[in-house]
Amino acid sequence: MLISPLFPQRFGAGFRGTFAAIVIGLAALAGPAPQASAETLLNVSYDPTREFYRDYNAWFSDWWVKQGNPAPQIETSHGGSGAQARAVIDGLAAQVVTLALASDIDQIANKTTLLPKDWQSRLPHNSAPYTSTIVFLVREGNPKGIKDWGDLLKDDVQVITPNPKTSGGARWNYLAAWGYAQTNGLDPKQFVADLYKHVPVLDTGARGSTTTFAQRGIGDVLLAWENEAYLAVNELGEDKFDIVVPSVSVLAEPPVALVDGNLTDANRPLATAYLEQLYSPEAQALAFKHYFRAWDTSAADPADVARFPEVKRLSIADFGGWAKVQPEHFGDGGIFDQIYQAQ
Amino acid sequence: MTLRPFALRSPTPMPGWGLSFGVMMTTLSVIVLVPMAALLWRGFIGFGPAEMWEVVNRPRVWSALALSFRAALIASVFNLVFGVALAWVLVRYRFPGKRIIDAAVDLPFALPTAVAGIALTAIYAPNGFFGAALDQAFGLKVAYTELGIWIALVFVGLPFVVRTVQPVIEEIDRETEEASATLGATRLRTLTHVVLPTLTPAALTGFALALARSVGEYGSVIFIAGNLPNVTEIAPLLIVIRLEEFDYDGAVAIAIAMLSISFTMLLVINLIQIMSRRRMGAV
Repeated sequence: MLISPLFPQRFGAGFRGTFAAIVIGLAALAGPAPQASAETLLNVSYDPTREFYRDYNAWFSDWWVKQGNPAPQIETSHGGSGAQARAVIDGLAAQVVTLALASDIDQIANKTTLLPKDWQSRLPHNSAPYTSTIVFLVREGNPKGIKDWGDLLKDDVQVITPNPKTSGGARWNYLAAWGYAQTNGLDPKQFVADLYKHVPVLDTGARGSTTTFAQRGIGDVLLAWENEAYLAVNELGEDKFDIVVPSVSVLAEPPVALVDGNLTDANRPLATAYLEQLYSPEAQALAFKHYFRAWDTSAADPADVARFPEVKRLSIADFGGWAKVQPEHFGDGGIFDQIYQAQ
Repeated sequence: MTLRPFALRSPTPMPGWGLSFGVMMTTLSVIVLVPMAALLWRGFIGFGPAEMWEVVNRPRVWSALALSFRAALIASVFNLVFGVALAWVLVRYRFPGKRIIDAAVDLPFALPTAVAGIALTAIYAPNGFFGAALDQAFGLKVAYTELGIWIALVFVGLPFVVRTVQPVIEEIDRETEEASATLGATRLRTLTHVVLPTLTPAALTGFALALARSVGEYGSVIFIAGNLPNVTEIAPLLIVIRLEEFDYDGAVAIAIAMLSISFTMLLVINLIQIMSRRRMGAV
């Protein structure tokens, strides 16, 4: 007997019982929502913080218990920053968000009433307990002689970077190139358009690009988060890749925020302390250990701090802030779309 | 076309018609109909047909839609031919390791598509096993080109054809083939006039399922496609991009465009199926 996907072979209707079954089925769906208990905390984060938050959660649990509290149960969820923000907008009950871009948390503030619009001023350093920057990862010995952004436009150079439409990190890559062109008196739009002509693969996320570059052997240079670049070097072999720091890069500030709408009186102290302690010397030392450029070096291993070379870093304010940059460059029909329409 | 009479009474003497119909309607509503209706509602009522057309009617969206449907069609035609051949071999011949191969056909069902995508990319990338060989021998690039997308979709769709055709081959009466041969038909004529016509409806069903599955495939394709706009950017990726921009309406518009094209294609396949079944008599 064949089953046709569209046309049922037989159709009749005996509606006795039908309605009851539908009602029962729907009633089963509308069960009570699970209640958050005092000792649990859900931190919704983005991809490259996986290793850092594993260490920080362990450290923070100890610290919280030492303050005379019961042991908390902290869970961290990782994924693409935009997708994580959407999950919170759509109702994922995160008490704390630690995302890649302020614009993603802005979207939560704009589309819901979960947190106030001025969330970014509630914690020091624009709510960014740690920062990062964009560097180049090149093949061992730097065979193409890549020193700075201008070298990426050489004829035989292939550049790997993810799609700025789907990856937060890729937006920083794009902005860093834009900033370099501006700093050096070049036409930034033309420079960035030329740069993307050298990109053979646009992965959807930063980890995907790292895989394409490191495992698949595609491209001569990977534009990467500094912590991703160090991770690639450590995991995949120091004899395979070199890190090149360009003359101009960006000050990426991955922000953190309390999601007030998902807090109860019982878990507010825990969530507040969780974010505040990110600025403690011990947590800052952990951030340095995981290749983030944090602020407070007092407890950090000097070797962890010393491995970051000085670089001129442009902050998002230098580009006009996310509220302006996001629609102008990465919105529908924005400059990034125009680059590909022109080709 | 003859329509069956529309009966409001139970068509069988078995009890439970109302209950089973209710369970069917509930499941279908909760899982399929309500989400689909919500999608259409959001698109046509919430967003508006003119606005949706404006989102869809752009070169980049058209090229992504064309790529998605072209690649799915090519992969499904490939699966149609090789899936039927594979099913034939599995049913008609005995050979060592047959059960293992039979089980392996289902692997694309079981494997997370992202894993399949990564595995295929690893093999077909320029530094991978097949990728390097093909590149050296023919200068052929597979991963990060449209060819890579085809391969991912062939992988994803293969079991649909094999598993729908296999039971039909098992039920084919060998005696009809023998009769055809004793009546003087050549092997080719037996194949084209006796064997294939009985397989056509099942093969078309498998083809339609494989096609439907590959059109929407995202997980495995994004790893092996280069995702370059206008070149290797599939329509589902455009939807994801819209979601990343928090542009739910744009995502819905492209989704509805895909849905309507898929629906039309499946409709045509179904009509072909009905026609072939009628030509065959009551199969």
